[in-house]
Amino acid sequence: MSIITVDHLTKKFGEFKAVDDISFEVKAGEIFAFLGPNGAGKTTTIKMLTTLMHPSTGKLAINGHDPVADQEAARRSFGIVFQDPSLDDELTTYENMEFHARLYDVPKEARISRIESLLKFVELWDRKNDLVKTFSGGMKRRLEIARGLVHHPKILFLDEPTIGLDPQTRNHLWEYIQKVNKEEGMTVFLTTHYMEEAEKVATRVGIIDHGKILTLGTAEQIKKDNNSSTLEEAFLKLTGHEIREETAGAKEHMRQAARMWRR
Amino acid sequence: MNAIYTLWLRQIKRYFRSRARIVGSLGQPVLFLVALGFGFGPIFQAAGGGNYLQFLVPGVMSMGILFTAVFSGIEIIWDKQFGFLKETLVAPVSRTYIMVGRTLGGATVALFQGVLVFIIALFIGFTPHWTGVPMAIVYMALEALLFTALGTAIASILDDMQGFQLIMNFLIMPIFFLSGALFPLATAPVALQAIAKIDPLSYSIDGLRSVLGDGMYFGHANNLFVLVILTTLLIGIGSYLFSKIEI
Repeated sequence: MSIITVDHLTKKFGEFKAVDDISFEVKAGEIFAFLGPNGAGKTTTIKMLTTLMHPSTGKLAINGHDPVADQEAARRSFGIVFQDPSLDDELTTYENMEFHARLYDVPKEARISRIESLLKFVELWDRKNDLVKTFSGGMKRRLEIARGLVHHPKILFLDEPTIGLDPQTRNHLWEYIQKVNKEEGMTVFLTTHYMEEAEKVATRVGIIDHGKILTLGTAEQIKKDNNSSTLEEAFLKLTGHEIREETAGAKEHMRQAARMWRR
Repeated sequence: MNAIYTLWLRQIKRYFRSRARIVGSLGQPVLFLVALGFGFGPIFQAAGGGNYLQFLVPGVMSMGILFTAVFSGIEIIWDKQFGFLKETLVAPVSRTYIMVGRTLGGATVALFQGVLVFIIALFIGFTPHWTGVPMAIVYMALEALLFTALGTAIASILDDMQGFQLIMNFLIMPIFFLSGALFPLATAPVALQAIAKIDPLSYSIDGLRSVLGDGMYFGHANNLFVLVILTTLLIGIGSYLFSKIEI
């Protein structure tokens, strides 16, 4: 059964097509990875799926709800960890969790027990009364993941969840995510431009470049189809360039700089 | 309702947590009270205007509310830049509730700031009509709501703090200085009176002054009418602009 359906989706900014007529489905319980360089259209797709942006054309369904016509129902279906931090630095760990739980109408008792178990899960329970501004990047990311899970979403979106994290924290993070996926049967939709991550955690991978999906399938399948021994090689054959040599646009440079400053 | 309360509570918590901001935003009003109140006081008195402090305090209280309110509204830009706004925008809550919750929170903070100025004024010799206090709170609350909503509306259009200086110098400062906060409108040049009439702050100051201190220019009916209509309108516009934010 597919829990996310994307049907001929296009997003234009003026003449520029950030997302160009893409279609795909994600099955319930999958870990689906969108793999592509900066500016490929990954974040734009996530923004449209999560109601932050309206598609220019095309149809979407999230857990059976249209994110344009039926925003509230669609929003109840997912949790999201954004590419950039989205915590309130002036509030404590617990208050950030509570704020989220209240907005999502989690009943009081469930709220208290879920916040506790999630904070223990991401190993931040002993820091529950600390202001978030005292946290490192990795801790913030962990808190954001915990927060995204408070309301028991069917789908968890992760937009470049490991960007700017050290390898150790990154591994931890994937362990959490795989655990949630397995134990709660939660569908995970993630974007990344790290090949090895996509290969390691995702049940299926979609390679996207210049707003178009080039191929979809398991990492094994993609490698086989392209006569490649690694996903990296397959990517090179499909796109004609390496994932990291893509020159980033001015906006992306600004984003990177802003991210550096925040750390 | 839960959402409105949650957003309101966040504003309150953030405000009372940043003592520096509370104290910092009292600096300017205190300076106005001391420098203008005592500096111009004798001249005002000699010219037959009465006690200048009695005249000035409601104006400076309004100033405290004005700046805090606009600033609270504008805080949305920070939330945009620091990413927190996205968290509220993907929540399954109507954007109108989010905007209303934020506005109520910002207005509460601004109202509190006005009360602080009032208390300071008592210490430097202001003698209010105590019977006017309930009505004064109504005026202060309306002003606080009006300008928080204005700040929210502005912040919904701006993408970063670049435009903030522009807004301060070409909108908020004129709103303050041309409002009759510092001088009596009745004896001002006709052109200035005409400008003051289109300045919403004039009406809340006039109301506040008439219930706490001395003098009335527009009359309560006009004051309340203008303030209620404008506040409703701005909350409507603010909600609309806020609901249109795409990130």
